[in-house]
Amino acid sequence: MKEDKLVIGNHEFDSRFILGSGKYSLDLIDAAVKHAGAQIITLALRRTTTDDAANILDYIPEGITLLPNTSGARTAEEAVRIAKLSRELGCGDFVKVEVIHDSKYLLPDNYETIKATEMLAKEGFIVMPYMYPDLNAARDLVNAGASAIMPLGAPIGSNKGLCTKDFIQILIDEIDLPIIVDAGIGKPSQACEAMEMGAAAVMANTAIATAGDIPAMAGAFKHAIEAGRTAYLAGLGRVIEKGGSASSPLTGFLKN
Amino acid sequence: MTVNGEAKKLSGDSVVLADFLVQEGYKQGRIAVEHNGRIVPKGEYGQVVLSDSDTLEVVTFVGGG
Repeated sequence: MKEDKLVIGNHEFDSRFILGSGKYSLDLIDAAVKHAGAQIITLALRRTTTDDAANILDYIPEGITLLPNTSGARTAEEAVRIAKLSRELGCGDFVKVEVIHDSKYLLPDNYETIKATEMLAKEGFIVMPYMYPDLNAARDLVNAGASAIMPLGAPIGSNKGLCTKDFIQILIDEIDLPIIVDAGIGKPSQACEAMEMGAAAVMANTAIATAGDIPAMAGAFKHAIEAGRTAYLAGLGRVIEKGGSASSPLTGFLKN
Repeated sequence: MTVNGEAKKLSGDSVVLADFLVQEGYKQGRIAVEHNGRIVPKGEYGQVVLSDSDTLEVVTFVGGG
């Protein structure tokens, strides 16, 4: 099989698992990244303190691409402000745009997300917008200069899986950018299913952070994502809606 | 001065941002600074003079999804 790379903004990746770093101990990040085989890890930006608290950057293995998010932003302008501060930290041009002002369901505001994507793409960022899977909004994000589209499977942190499956499939079929399923994926089987559908990658955080054994679950996701990708490239077998089709010869035993 | 939303007294006149960050104990390699709404490039920390009416935001990366 020829090389199968995930390409985002002219950067190539072998791994199709984007790992979140929220809600678990800094001490487990290294093991989680290694078990996940992840090459991209997400981060958030917040006010710092002056005490000697350990910094997350000291715990992320070398060579990992950092994907800062704009969590906390309620408008496009706030997302741009957060993205620019993140870039000032000297960790590259990637940004996951996240604009949310609904604190109950944490659903992204597609309109503000499109505005932020356009502003940041013009500033040279590699913009990966987190969005509600809507085809029209996705097309606007493409035109705004996004480098990948990150539709949600279910509300952030819910572990409910691919609730928006049919609409993500539409994005995969119609949008000519990597579609990365983000948010809501709770089990490796759901990540595998997203990859079988043709998603370019899966992003997960809470599913791993709330697991009993965090590094082991990161590893389980890695295998599921790889299995789903291989299945997608192999081409899934067909489905027969009614009746069956014998897998063994259609003759009786010991008869012609 | 307001630093990350909290009132802070400057130790004297014409305190430079770079010195203030050292005095306060911020980890220089791990922060980004916004001074009165403008992001200060690291190379300019030595030139920005602070005053009591200023607002500073000092941010860093934390875990997130």
